[in-house]
Amino acid sequence: MTETVRTVDEVAVASEDVTAVEPRTSRSWWRLLVLLIGALVFVFPFYYMIVGSLQKQSNTSLSGVLPRPSNITLHNYGEINAALSLGKALINSGIFTGGVLLATVVFGVLAGYALAQLRFRGRSLLFVMMLLLLMVPFQLLIIPLYVLIVRNYGLGNSYLGMIAPFAINSTAVFIFRQYFLQLPKELFDAARIDGANELRILTRIALPLVRPALLTAMLLTFIGPWNEYLWPFLITKQQSMQPLAVALANYMNTVQSTVSNPFGTILAGAFVLAVPAVVLFLAFQRYFVAPNIGSAVKG
Amino acid sequence: MKLEAELPHSAREPRMTRLARAVLGRQPIGLAFGAPYALFIAVLFAYPLGLAVWISFHRYFFTAPGVSVARPFVGLANYRAVFADPEVLRSFLNILIFLVINVPLTVGLSLLLATALNAAIPFRAFFRACFYVPYVTASVAMVAVWLFMFSSGGVVNSVLGPLAPVPSWLVNQNWAMPSIAIYVTWKQLGFFILLYLAALQNVPKELYEAASMDGASWWHRLRSVTIPGVRTVTTLITLLAIIVGANLFTEPYLLTAGGGPNGKSASPVLLMYQTGIEQNHPDFASALGIILVIGVLLIVGVQRLLQRNQT
Repeated sequence: MTETVRTVDEVAVASEDVTAVEPRTSRSWWRLLVLLIGALVFVFPFYYMIVGSLQKQSNTSLSGVLPRPSNITLHNYGEINAALSLGKALINSGIFTGGVLLATVVFGVLAGYALAQLRFRGRSLLFVMMLLLLMVPFQLLIIPLYVLIVRNYGLGNSYLGMIAPFAINSTAVFIFRQYFLQLPKELFDAARIDGANELRILTRIALPLVRPALLTAMLLTFIGPWNEYLWPFLITKQQSMQPLAVALANYMNTVQSTVSNPFGTILAGAFVLAVPAVVLFLAFQRYFVAPNIGSAVKG
Repeated sequence: MKLEAELPHSAREPRMTRLARAVLGRQPIGLAFGAPYALFIAVLFAYPLGLAVWISFHRYFFTAPGVSVARPFVGLANYRAVFADPEVLRSFLNILIFLVINVPLTVGLSLLLATALNAAIPFRAFFRACFYVPYVTASVAMVAVWLFMFSSGGVVNSVLGPLAPVPSWLVNQNWAMPSIAIYVTWKQLGFFILLYLAALQNVPKELYEAASMDGASWWHRLRSVTIPGVRTVTTLITLLAIIVGANLFTEPYLLTAGGGPNGKSASPVLLMYQTGIEQNHPDFASALGIILVIGVLLIVGVQRLLQRNQT
């Protein structure tokens, strides 16, 4: 891929455009066929989740795929709520995700701006460390993180312990840096000559220009902690502290035999867990587009 | 800041700033801006990484709080134990099986769907959204659905009828790992479709026009224009697949009930959890983690080198 120098606005516009690359002459029926089959395969499990979560009597066979009016109930949602206290689990997920988003927006933007537009000692070291962090999967450090956070600092069953390893999302820092790099240097030099300090330049000039990047980075950051399972599972042994993903997984593993319709109850929980992320991405889908993400990954 | 106190004369001010600049850089405020992130990296990445190395060279186990025990240096004993453990070797083989299925499927299907999407077709935004919805959804939620779909009396087996494997997919020795590979392919595909889409839009239109003029077939255009045009993304996808494979935990833990049957779908991270935290051998688990870190970094390094040689 060639390094394209485009202004942020152009990128945002290009992303909404439908750019047909292949000549019109090629017939498009095969495209539609391929896409329809693809869409069916991708969406069916979601459809099945909803249908299954509404079944009074669980029917896992083929005939259960179509909803029967006589077999529809919201009872499973009440059942999962009683088992997990959904409200509390959702609040835990929310605090976990919110904490990560807040730290990433504040400290990630500062770091991204510094890496892109400021010259200071240690900048290249910071950049190299960021790349390293992007490459080494967090899961490989669970043992020392568990030793430090749970054993040494006693932060097991706490929000701080949950948030800490995720606090600043490096992918988001990288996206911020890439977008701040694309802004013309002259803009900042002019503001500096006018006597504006860097914090003011960042908040008044740079940030408004990279709004699309901010939203893309926030969306990508959101799905990390909201969907994360391993880390919160390791450090929250009390159910009252568990995010929904952890509480639901524990429920799947242990207590499913105690309710009349484990199939429907688990799918109801899965639906509640899935909906916030899906709704958020559908609402902001114009920011979750190829050019924004591509710029983040190609480096 | 100390320098200022030592040099109070305003006449020396310019020289002081020059000195400060030489030491701290032209915009020292950058240090303050980058400090929280640097602290984050130091405390939650560099230090744990160092601690993992330290633990892996010592005999280390969890004790009751406040109890201090000797943690003798054991050299490479933990590493030797890792490489001698048949379960660990099995988990590496499992990841290899995972990659052999996941990488070609991901590359092929995401390129196919991205090519199909890369045109003015009706409901384009709808299709795109359909494809990335699994990617943004929690694996725990999707695993719940797959557990039921692929259970012995589930929808998939109802469709397959006599062709369904016995025992069913997720509890079948031969199918457990391929099932995970297919699940992960399905889950991640949407993200890779977006990456290919971005790459396809950078392929110059003229190349396709020239190829059409020369009477190139659909297959020929794909081979000589599209595939070379998106090669960077293809290598990136391979790389990300390896990282995902090195990371696998939720799927073997929940989908195949703890890497079953008989460890036929266990992943290295799952073993790290089981040996390190469940069985209280964090030294063994740390050694396994360090081996994986080195492995991932080596593969990334080799890929970077290859890419540099290509361009």
